[in-house]
Amino acid sequence: MKTTADETRLEQRFQQRIEQEQKIEPKDWMPDGYRKSLIRQISQHAHSEVIGMQPEGNFITRAPSLRRKAVLLSKVQDEGGHGLYLYSAAETLGTPRSELIAALQSGEAKYASIFNYPTQSWGDIGAIGWLVDGAAIVNQISLQRTSYGPYARGMVRICKEESFHQRQGYEIMIALAHGSPAQKRMAQDSLNRFYWPALMMFGPHDSESAHSARSMQWKIKRETNDDLRQKFIDQTVPQIEYLGLQHPDSEISWNEARGHYDHGEIDWNEFYAVINGNGHCNRQRITHHIRAHEDGAWVRDAITAHNEKLRKRAQQVA
Amino acid sequence: MSQERLELFEVFVRSRRGLDHKHVGSLHAEDHEQALEYARDCYTRRSEGVSIWVVRSRDICASQEEDSECFFDPSDDKPYRLASYYKLPDPVDNM
Amino acid sequence: MSENELKQATLDYALRLGDDSLVLGQRISEWVSNGPFLEEDIAYGNVALDYIGRARMFYGYAAELDGERSEDDFAYLRDEREFRNFLMLELPRGDFAFSQMRQLLVDLYNTLFLAVLVASNDQTLAAIAAKAIKETRYHLRRSREWVVRLGDGTEESHRRAQNALDELWGYGHELFEMDALEQRLADCGIGVDTSLLRERWRSMLSEVLAEARLTMPEDGWAVRGGRAGYHTENLGHLLTELQFIHRAYPGCRW
Repeated sequence: MKTTADETRLEQRFQQRIEQEQKIEPKDWMPDGYRKSLIRQISQHAHSEVIGMQPEGNFITRAPSLRRKAVLLSKVQDEGGHGLYLYSAAETLGTPRSELIAALQSGEAKYASIFNYPTQSWGDIGAIGWLVDGAAIVNQISLQRTSYGPYARGMVRICKEESFHQRQGYEIMIALAHGSPAQKRMAQDSLNRFYWPALMMFGPHDSESAHSARSMQWKIKRETNDDLRQKFIDQTVPQIEYLGLQHPDSEISWNEARGHYDHGEIDWNEFYAVINGNGHCNRQRITHHIRAHEDGAWVRDAITAHNEKLRKRAQQVA
Repeated sequence: MSQERLELFEVFVRSRRGLDHKHVGSLHAEDHEQALEYARDCYTRRSEGVSIWVVRSRDICASQEEDSECFFDPSDDKPYRLASYYKLPDPVDNM
Repeated sequence: MSENELKQATLDYALRLGDDSLVLGQRISEWVSNGPFLEEDIAYGNVALDYIGRARMFYGYAAELDGERSEDDFAYLRDEREFRNFLMLELPRGDFAFSQMRQLLVDLYNTLFLAVLVASNDQTLAAIAAKAIKETRYHLRRSREWVVRLGDGTEESHRRAQNALDELWGYGHELFEMDALEQRLADCGIGVDTSLLRERWRSMLSEVLAEARLTMPEDGWAVRGGRAGYHTENLGHLLTELQFIHRAYPGCRW
């Protein structure tokens, strides 16, 4: 039995590590709240990668050139890989993947709301790579310095791989924006539909964010939602200009004093409406995940049974 | 519904000849054979490796934090094992 | 054969092999986000990528020989009747057992086929084969293990695997049947005489089936025609999906 004095000593050492920018590693003692926050955040991140395979996967069979097909296929496959790295990081905290997936399927665990928006045109594939992956990268670069070792290492790996994701998306946009009038309209339409949801990916304003303060204190999060969002807004303006497309935010303007762009307010009603189940694809995404999981049940049973048979046969021989 | 009951494996990849195998993450598989193949597909999609090890996670025996004092602190007072402990005159300090 | 005839024959041959790769790659890509668990999703995606890459190499060579059309013209602007892939490859992906069983039949075939093509007098085909042969060695390792696991797994997985094999069997014959074009190319050391591969294919397959406790079907029925553009109804739908965007915006760059 650990005494309260032991607990206090452990807690102090934990906090000291955090303050000294040392990483927390799987076998280290950590406060329950820290562990829970991490499991929540990492699994939500993992679910987002996996559910994120669906909207883009929607266009693999329709990609308009073989080169684009290969790129998109490898990109969507990477998302699966990133889901795996993150589940792997979450599992070091003692929760098996099957439990995390059950929570996703029951609706108890969340994933990024951006994936509840439908992909309707090839331009959407460009916009997702450019804006959605772009926003994700801003967040993930910051998370490379997160205090939990396995999460931080996963982020390093993911960031390295994801820079290609954003670039391929932007390359699609360049081809469209510099293409036929119909292609240009497609690009503008996709930009219009995905710009605001991409801003929402950074989450509510810091003042509204339920988990933010605590996560910052534990250095799970390293920068605030609003700071990260501003970074993304700033970097996107010249990219939109280069494409020769119209900026979806009519209030965007450079503020010399702040050194940042001022921008219009996000429609938070829409944000909460989609989170709360009113997006076009909320139900579809989860139903798809459950169906694939259920369709695979007999396959998973088969490999277990096969291995069991091999074990028994080996015993009989021995 | 059938849960996934595959085993957890840790994956180590040697990225280049001459380097150590390095832990890169974990995955689920039925046996070593399948774990190796999935490691190839999941962790070396950009030719990151020339060799892969997989180990059942439950076969790894890890030192515990409680042990760290008796395991690692004793070497704190043996600075004479480090080259920097020995101050040599500048002309021969590249030793 | 005159030089021009030979060039045309080689182009047609490259297109056939490109069609095989594209159609199967397209089918496998449908598994992305639909696999039985995450690792398999990622792994099978790699196989799809190999096939799309292979299609690009074969079409790329065809484009080089053609001088006018591009790889995408071949993939996106030909109709059902012009495609020359084997029928087996266009069948819907079915359940996981069906896809892995088809994969096994194809991987065994490709193992033998590419081992001959790698020595082709045509250097480009030989070079493509040299790359593909390594991929196929890995594909076979996977599909072989899957068929054994499923065949020798539960009652249900065994039934599904046996059903898949029975359903596929009649489409296997055309893999080993030569038409005039293929015969001419085989005669001059460019193409592969697939009729010579059949026995070896059967014996390799029967080894896997024995380990998987599955039964080789009787040779009762055979459907053929892929190499002549005589397809099942599945190909039209596959191409509809594959070609839609490209055709909806004619002449665009992507």
